[in-house]
Amino acid sequence: MAKQSFAKKVANTQIWKSIFRHGPPSNARNRAAVVAGNVFLHLHPIKLKKSGVQLGYTWCMGGLTFFIFLALTVTGILLMFYYRPTAEYAYNDIIALREHVPLGIMRELHRWGAHAMVITVWLHMFRVFMTGSYKPPREFNWGVGVILLVLTLLLSFTGYLLPWDQLAIWAITVGSNMAKATPFLGHGGPGASLAQIGDMVLVSDKNDVRFQLLGGRFVGEAALLRFYILHCVFIPVVVALLIAVHFWRVRKDGGISAPL
Amino acid sequence: MKEFINIVSDPVYSFTGAIILYFLALKNMTFVGSKKFFMILATVVVLFFGWAASDKIFFTIISWPDNIPITILLVLVFWLTWYSFYKGVENDKRIESGEPPIEGTPENREKVWAWPNLVYTELFTIILGTVFLIAWSVLFKAPLEEPANPTWAPNPAKAPWYFLGLQEMLVYFDPWIAGVLLPGLIIVGLIAIPYIDINPKGNGYYTFKERKFAISTFMFGWLVLWVFLIITGTFLRGPNWTFYGPFEFWDPHKVVAANNINISEIFWIKILGMGLPHNVLIREIVGILMVLGYLAVGPFLITKYWGKKLLEKMGPARYYIMVYLILIMMGLPIKMYLRWFINLKYIVFMPEFELNI
Ligand code: HEM
Repeated sequence: MAKQSFAKKVANTQIWKSIFRHGPPSNARNRAAVVAGNVFLHLHPIKLKKSGVQLGYTWCMGGLTFFIFLALTVTGILLMFYYRPTAEYAYNDIIALREHVPLGIMRELHRWGAHAMVITVWLHMFRVFMTGSYKPPREFNWGVGVILLVLTLLLSFTGYLLPWDQLAIWAITVGSNMAKATPFLGHGGPGASLAQIGDMVLVSDKNDVRFQLLGGRFVGEAALLRFYILHCVFIPVVVALLIAVHFWRVRKDGGISAPL
Repeated sequence: MKEFINIVSDPVYSFTGAIILYFLALKNMTFVGSKKFFMILATVVVLFFGWAASDKIFFTIISWPDNIPITILLVLVFWLTWYSFYKGVENDKRIESGEPPIEGTPENREKVWAWPNLVYTELFTIILGTVFLIAWSVLFKAPLEEPANPTWAPNPAKAPWYFLGLQEMLVYFDPWIAGVLLPGLIIVGLIAIPYIDINPKGNGYYTFKERKFAISTFMFGWLVLWVFLIITGTFLRGPNWTFYGPFEFWDPHKVVAANNINISEIFWIKILGMGLPHNVLIREIVGILMVLGYLAVGPFLITKYWGKKLLEKMGPARYYIMVYLILIMMGLPIKMYLRWFINLKYIVFMPEFELNI
């Protein structure tokens, strides 16, 4: 009894009321107000079909993917405080993270979270496929999703290089060697040898797509800086934008799919 | 027993097995989508892992920290695949008896408040996800190896696990196909799915019967090719990308007889008993004709014997894009079997243009 009246007292203070402009969400009016009045919650519709909120239908896989993306952003920013993307410091900074940061599991959270996100994004796609949710009117949002899936893989891939250990540079070497084989654009790809004017070779290992990707002919310091910027700035920004589009379209396409 | 498993996990057998299982599953979907099947499968898997994990080599491979995500992925993939079939089979039964699918019952069509129904579900997921990630992070240290050394490559040098399907394709195709063309087509093909699949049924509920073709095609690419290749690339490939059974020691000196030959060699040398002609195009003519035949005559035959009705329903643009995507996807298993059965290296071998198929 005393406790409840304390809660009531708090809820009556000017501070509380300035933050939450509605009463507790126990009646229809307040439930609508709580979702519509909060910038994060208003991603949701105020009311939706029961089939769409069931865990057995969506597995909340898209939501879980989004949550992991946020968790990766937070842990990633924390890691950036310690990490310097140069051949001289990178590896030692990772060691320092392990040895000098008490109870440090930031790197673990970030690495396993990245793996988890790849898994959840695949499973989310699988769920969307199995419920036929890509069918009209959601064709476009499926396409946005596929791009998000590719970007998720690229995020994970660019991050793989940053510890600057043997695992990192050789995995990225294997991966980026594929770019060498791009038809016409990679110096080892089909057609590249045709691109010659007289003696002048147009596509060589000094200007092909792999060179652009790595900023050099092999995985070196320039590649580390490029991957760092792609990983920490460029791809996350694009992903965040596309997630905004994705969520907007989920709403505009009529909410979570349900039988017509 | 372990010997036996080592032998049958060679892709020749395990891939064939996967294909057979895939067809059996499609044929017996009602059984696959039953709880009984799940119990049997779960028991077999748990028993197998319990038994296999007592083997030192097997345990070392699966417990390597960067391989743990794959085990988690596999468990989730098989569980959720079963689960969606389970729901599909239930719905198919309902639809057959004239009822709406479970997602379409009047009760489930009713609108409910996002707060608390949805928000609490999300909260629950977030808490579960957080607990899981923290537990995982406390239990397993993130790996860190020797500092980067550009002059010394580890053997095998593996890409991150989610790309191992692509790396495994390198066994059968050159990088321009395995690393550029096929991934590009996977992306394009995925984006194209909603525009190709014009079947209006099965939108917004689980079903199998109403979307048999779409689901079986997707499943083939996703489970039989993509997931299978990742498993092979991760667990069964050791030094020099040589095959090693799950209980086999990764002996870097294991030699595998590699006497793969090209179509041109088979044709000119083995069959005609002549030398290889000098002109590239003449030398490779058989292979070139085979590839062109596959891409030109293939669609024609498919349409003639099987696809007429589909062509009419879908229109030529949709239909031919679908046929080509499927043909190119099927190119992978075809090349795999050609490699295994006749030691084929390249169908077309034109290093002059870096164009090998
Ligand atoms: C960063 C990656 C992604 C995030 C954060 C994300 C997030 C979400 C969320 C939160 C939903 C709401 C329903 C749910 O939770 O299932 C959703 C729905 C949807 N997603 Fe994604 N998604 C991502 C990637 C993808 C991918 C890879 C695809 C498909 C290729 C996809 C296609 C769709 C479609 C079509 C819907 C509507 C589903 C329906 O109405 O039932 N998304 N997404």
